[in-house]
Amino acid sequence: MPTARAWREYPQRYRYEAAVCAKCGKWFFPPRLVCDACGHREFETKTMKRTGKILTHTVIRVPPAPFKDQAPFAVAVVEMDDGPRITTQYVDWKEGQLLIGQKVRLEFRKIYTDGHAGTIQYGYKAVPA
Amino acid sequence: MRDVAIIGVGMNKKWGELWEMSMRDIFVEAALDAIDNAGVDHVDSMYVGCMSGGLFTGQEHIGALMADYLGQCPVPATRVESACASGGAAVRAGFMEVASGMSDIVLVGGVEKMNDVSGDDATYALATASDQEWEAFSGVTFPGLYAMMAVAHMHSYGTTIEQLAAVAVKNHANGSKNPRAQFPMKITVDTVLSSVLVADPLHILDCSPITDGAAAVILCPADRAKQLAKNAPVQILASTQASDTIAYHSRADLTAIESTAKAAAAAYKMSGKRPDQIDLFEVHDCFTIAEIMVMEALGLVEKGKGGPAVEAGETAIGASIPINASGGLKSKGHPVGATGVAQIVEVVEQLRGASGERQVAGARVGLTQNMGGTGASSVVHILEVM
Amino acid sequence: MTVGIVGYGACLPRHRIKVEEIAKVWGADAPSYKKGLELREKSVPAPDQDVITLSVEAARNALARAPMVDPQEIGAIYIGSESHPYAVKPSGTTLAEAIGATPNCHVADFEFACKAGSEGMFVAHGLVKAGLIKYGMGIGADTSQGAPGDALEYSASAGAAAFIFGADNVIATIDHTHSYMTDTPDFWRREGMNYPQHAGRFTGEPAYFKHTLGATQAILQKSGMKPKDFAFAVFHQPNGKFPMRAGKMLGFSREQIEVGWLVPTLGNTYSGASPLGLSAVLDVAKPGDKIMMCSYGSGSGSDAFIYTVTERIKQVQDLAPKTRWMLEHDPIYLEYGEYAKFRHKILKAEL
Repeated sequence: MPTARAWREYPQRYRYEAAVCAKCGKWFFPPRLVCDACGHREFETKTMKRTGKILTHTVIRVPPAPFKDQAPFAVAVVEMDDGPRITTQYVDWKEGQLLIGQKVRLEFRKIYTDGHAGTIQYGYKAVPA
Repeated sequence: MRDVAIIGVGMNKKWGELWEMSMRDIFVEAALDAIDNAGVDHVDSMYVGCMSGGLFTGQEHIGALMADYLGQCPVPATRVESACASGGAAVRAGFMEVASGMSDIVLVGGVEKMNDVSGDDATYALATASDQEWEAFSGVTFPGLYAMMAVAHMHSYGTTIEQLAAVAVKNHANGSKNPRAQFPMKITVDTVLSSVLVADPLHILDCSPITDGAAAVILCPADRAKQLAKNAPVQILASTQASDTIAYHSRADLTAIESTAKAAAAAYKMSGKRPDQIDLFEVHDCFTIAEIMVMEALGLVEKGKGGPAVEAGETAIGASIPINASGGLKSKGHPVGATGVAQIVEVVEQLRGASGERQVAGARVGLTQNMGGTGASSVVHILEVM
Repeated sequence: MTVGIVGYGACLPRHRIKVEEIAKVWGADAPSYKKGLELREKSVPAPDQDVITLSVEAARNALARAPMVDPQEIGAIYIGSESHPYAVKPSGTTLAEAIGATPNCHVADFEFACKAGSEGMFVAHGLVKAGLIKYGMGIGADTSQGAPGDALEYSASAGAAAFIFGADNVIATIDHTHSYMTDTPDFWRREGMNYPQHAGRFTGEPAYFKHTLGATQAILQKSGMKPKDFAFAVFHQPNGKFPMRAGKMLGFSREQIEVGWLVPTLGNTYSGASPLGLSAVLDVAKPGDKIMMCSYGSGSGSDAFIYTVTERIKQVQDLAPKTRWMLEHDPIYLEYGEYAKFRHKILKAEL
């Protein structure tokens, strides 16, 4: 991944910063320039709470190349308590915890490395809350 | 706006792993087949649907490339991209050029050459149809996204893995009668369920394959169709398209494909046809769950009832809702940019009564549904034989 | 100026492996390892955990216990480790970014084998005491590796503890510090090598014990205090035996050492070892308690600290997960194969 792009995404990947529409209050993660609900163009920066719940999930058994050492791993669509939905890996779970409705929390984790010599991509993953 | 007709259709001889053919060869073979089928000697303009010539073959500027190799320079030639709906979107672009009066004879083709790159690289290229930054970054693959759609659908409606498998079984049964299909072998529910898991609960046989292939159609104004055409012309009654959020997680309903529902509603309105007046459907079964969700989005069954309908055999050739008589993406193959155009080819041949063993008896009106990514774009066409 | 800890937090991975599981693969005698090391099992970082990820979560917990600290007011962040993810690019910059402490902050990574964490604490606290910064953060974190089949494989584990220092809202004052070091080649790792080497029994008396005793005796003399004055003593814990023996030699009792003695089920968290022992002690300490902490890092040296717990401790202990709770709550046990994959001792072939 280009390092410039990774760096640009730190506020979201590292600090869960979202944009809240100044007119209708809709939360956007990642931030947007125009609200798709009301068309307004001004936003407030807010940090999302780290908690949410699983809406759907799967276990990836045939991973993409940068993740080949990690399979199998679970991925879920998580609805954050503040509203936005994200797609994220789900880790450190035991049997009975991979289900729709499971409460989760985001933790700072390594996502993948760009080979042996490239940069390390950090971001968020969900763990059982 | 003028009415538009299809007067020629073509595909390259067979879809699959075409080691000896380059992307240009495959496209030209299909385009010439369509030109011959139409009986025209030139085109005024062309569109080429192709998802990712760049990532699969290192080649962009595909419109000009294909105009050149088809010997059609200096006509305008544009490559259209909408991920897996590139073909359908190209047809819509061609439709608009004829409907607007700008051109009379328009070639619309679709092509993808996917087998030159490694499996990893092909997977990467396909994942670019999803949200690169906020979905693919997590390691969720394309099958993974559809697997999550399946899990949500199963949770809400009780759809079963056997019902998903039934889609693949039916499509292979149809594809076994299609001489152009990549995988014309019959399979059983057991074959599907005992194949390796790719992303729970989807098995490898729930997923459409990697394919090289191309398809093409020739469009012209409907009022000149009968005069120009060698074979029965087919009118395009509706050509519609809709978009939705790029990321699956942002969809309003995680168990539905809203862009298809919207494009279909506009198509039913534009054509004046209701689902029960349509004789066959070619839909985008990139994964078995997709076919079930599309059936519901098209209004062919009630929400959540797609699975039971397939299991009960209601979507077989000869049943009440024939879906994917061609074998669908699953059995026929899925060269991404070509699929949307190939769906049109199948419907035209069916409406002409030229589909041999897989003919839907008495078909007069057909619908194609082509979609990109996890449903961020959908294109619907409704065709009627003239 | 009275300076001390204003917030503290830890982060331990969920996964574990037992001594029996490792011994089974190498044909070693598990009971004698367990007895000799006084260690039963250790923590294992998941493939997506490293010094940076563990430090970020530990720092978040420390901030939870110091709600008055605005990360923008943190003037220094020092992560000490012997398994920093990059050879060149400080772990501390990612942590600073993650907690929102950039850009007006001094960041440097520290290395001194197992005492890199206490070094970070030593320097961060010093800058606050000098009046140069308002708050400073020192973190000890490691995901160190033991070579397959080597004695260190039974104990090398992972964990992080973070401490925020300041002059207001202090929960434990730092009354004295002392650092004691020599050039002692007991344990080292050359650039480019995956695993460290060690000098066997030489790592004991001339190394661990000489420096631990040296630093502790010096700080006791400097402060005029005696072992019985302390409620708790935390020593570097590479195995279960060394800290207990050092404590006994110095005149501390088993009871004083036990609360911060995590190694029997955590393993040796290297730069996290004595800092995590301290966090476990702070989790249960009472106002007025005096704590002795002495780290040890091979190469060699020890940093000693004397703390006095304040009234405020009671208000913060419950604001973040406690160290022993993280150690004991619902761990996930691994077999050796999965453990080897997690620790990158075996890699999928690159074809």
